Amino acid sequence: MQELINIFVKSIFVENMIFAYFLGMCSYLAVSKKVSTGVGLGAAVIFVLGITVPVNYLLENYILKEGALSWLGPQFAEVDLSFLSFIMFIAVIASLVQLVEMIVEKFAPALYSALGIFLPLIAVNCSILGGSLFMQERNYNSIGEATVFGLGSGVGWFLAIVAIAAIREKIRYSNIPAPLRGLGITFIVTGLMGIAFMAFMGIKL
Amino acid sequence: MAEVQEVKKQAKEREALFSKKNRQLISDPLNDSNPITVQVLGICSALAITVKLYPALVMSISVLFVLSAGNVIISLMRNYIPNRIRIIVQLVVVASLVILVDQVLKAYVYDVSKELSVFVGLIITNCIIMGRFEAFALANSPWKSFLDGLGNAFGYAWILLAVAFFRELLGSGQLFGYQVVPKAWYLTEGGVYSDNGLMLLPPMALITVGIIIWVQRSKNTALIEED
Repeated sequence: MQELINIFVKSIFVENMIFAYFLGMCSYLAVSKKVSTGVGLGAAVIFVLGITVPVNYLLENYILKEGALSWLGPQFAEVDLSFLSFIMFIAVIASLVQLVEMIVEKFAPALYSALGIFLPLIAVNCSILGGSLFMQERNYNSIGEATVFGLGSGVGWFLAIVAIAAIREKIRYSNIPAPLRGLGITFIVTGLMGIAFMAFMGIKL
Repeated sequence: MAEVQEVKKQAKEREALFSKKNRQLISDPLNDSNPITVQVLGICSALAITVKLYPALVMSISVLFVLSAGNVIISLMRNYIPNRIRIIVQLVVVASLVILVDQVLKAYVYDVSKELSVFVGLIITNCIIMGRFEAFALANSPWKSFLDGLGNAFGYAWILLAVAFFRELLGSGQLFGYQVVPKAWYLTEGGVYSDNGLMLLPPMALITVGIIIWVQRSKNTALIEED
C-alpha cells in the first residue's frame, strides 16, 4: 500500500509530466487560455491515462516483452516482440480513446458534453503515449502500480494546466512587452513554475 | 515527336522543381511559420533533450527523416485514404517510421539512444508530424510535401540546436562534449568563472525558448499576438 502511495505522490509532484518532462506541452499551451477549458482537458487526460497505462501494461507483460508469450506454450518462450511496442501502444491508445468516447457519450451525456471535444485531441497528446512508454521503461511490478502511476501522472498534468490557465487569465491585465505577449510569457511562466516544482525533488520516497 | 514532347515535359518539370514557391516551402518554416515558435507544435519532445548538442542533433536528424519520409508516403496515398480513418493511417505510418529510426539508433548509437529514452518513441505523437500530414501532405504532391517536410524539420532543428547550444555552453562549458571555456578560468583552478548549473535543469529549456521567441518577435513584429 505504501508503495502505491509513493508512486502516486512521486508521479504528481516529483516526476510531473509537464514540469519535469515537458510531455503534452502542445495541448497545454493551446488549451490553457481559460480555466474552464483547462479543467475539461485535464480531467480527460486523467481519465485516459488511468485507462491506457494499465491496458498497455497488460499488453507489454503478456504479449510484447521477451518471454512474455510463454503462457501460450514453452515454444514461445523466446519470442521478443518489444520492437512492436510503439505501434501497439499507439494503436491501443487511439482505439481506446475512440471507445471511451462512445461509452461516455452513451452512458454519461453530461460528462460527454464537458469532455466531448477534448477526447479526440487526446489520442495525439504526448503525455498519454509518454505515460505508457515510461511505464515500459520503469518496469512496474504489478498492474496496480501501473494504474496508480497513470492516474498520478494525469493528476499532475491536471494541476499544471489549471495553474497555468489561472495565471494566464490574470496575466492579461499586466503590462508585458509586446513581443513577449501570449506564447513567450507563457513559456517563461511555465519555466518559473517548473523551478518551483523542483523543490519537490528533495522529497525522499 | 512524342519523344520530343516527353523531353520537353520533363525539362519543364525539372525547371519547376526549385521554383520560387517551392523554395518558400523550405524557407518559410525557418522563420515566419516556424513550427516551434510560431505554430507551437512539437514542443513536447523539443525541450527535454536539449541539455547537450549531440542528442539534440540526433533527435533533429530523426525528426527530419520521419517528417520528410512520412510526408511523402502520406502524399502518395492521399487519394486512397478514406477521410474517416485518416488519423489511424497517419499514426501507423509515423509509428512504422519511428520504429525504423529507433532500431537504427539502438544499433549504431546506443548511448544516445539510451539518453533519448522515451523521446524517440514520442516522435510518434510529435504534433509537427501529424500537423504537417493534416495541413499539407493530404492536399499536395509528393515532391512539394517532401520539401515542406524538410523545411519544417529544419525549422524544428535550428530551434532545438540553438537551445542546446546555450544550455550546453552555459551549463557545462562545453560544445559537442569538447571543453570550450578554458579550464584555467574556473574557480577550482584559481579563476573567476563557474558553470551555471541551473541551465542543465529542465525549466531553463522553457525560459530559453521564451527568450528566443522574444528576440524573434521583436525582429519580426508581424508575429506579435494581440491578446
